[in-house]
Amino acid sequence: MAIEVRIPTILRSHTGGAKIVEGAGDTLGDLFTDLDSRHDGLKGRLVTDTGALHRFVNVYINDEDVRFLGALEAKLNDGDSVTILPAVAGGALGFAAVAGPRGLRAEPPAGR
Amino acid sequence: MLSIDRAIVDAIVAHARRDHPDEACGVVAGPAGSDLATRHIPMENAARSMTFYEFDSMEQLRVWREMDDRDEAPVVIYHSHTATEAYPSRTDVSFAGEPDAHYLLVSTREPDSEEIRSFRIVAGVVTEEKVCILDAGVDPHAVQSYMFGQSPATVDYECSGR
Ligand SMILES: [Zn+2]
Repeated sequence: MAIEVRIPTILRSHTGGAKIVEGAGDTLGDLFTDLDSRHDGLKGRLVTDTGALHRFVNVYINDEDVRFLGALEAKLNDGDSVTILPAVAGGALGFAAVAGPRGLRAEPPAGR
Repeated sequence: MLSIDRAIVDAIVAHARRDHPDEACGVVAGPAGSDLATRHIPMENAARSMTFYEFDSMEQLRVWREMDDRDEAPVVIYHSHTATEAYPSRTDVSFAGEPDAHYLLVSTREPDSEEIRSFRIVAGVVTEEKVCILDAGVDPHAVQSYMFGQSPATVDYECSGR
């Protein structure tokens, strides 16, 4: 089952520069595991160590944000198109101690 | 070096003033592969916060697709700081996911002047850059009333019209 995946510039180092790659999987998590088998390190940029979708990326299945579809549990069908974009966010504070609409959690500043 | 029309800089500053004390954010699209920012797209700050900004994910998908269709790229990604300087915070740096973009920051902490600075943010490294204001010759005083960066050398008015 083929799923077309659009890769943003910042992650193309994992796909040999390719903007669109193909993968397979019944869920988004399965798809990322499949992609990682050919595009080493890609999954680590999308999924955190604790197995959640990384907050630095937005992932869409067709026209829907996967955060509203069950995130990594979101079901995929043959012919679906997955788009990955960098989340555009930031702020005046030194670290993200702000609960945004997606419940962004505070993370300790880098280097601590 | 970023090249941007004075009218777009004015529109970005107006957007930042309008949303103050919340942070304002948006994009200026331009031809893919160029450093020329030509089409201003103010975005909603989904966080509606004085200390945080975040694009609405659905608005972003729509805008990014539209740019793709037009062979454009997000040449500028801008946001305002409403109580601090126009310099990327650690949060800004950790989120910076467009290595080809110019990250433009506007500070509205002073009521009657704006600080505007432009940066590349690549792999966590922040580098300030010059800004070339196009058509600055129309009304140079209007441009020079903005405070660009730390030194006058940060803005190149000489590139106007060339
Ligand atoms: Zn910021």
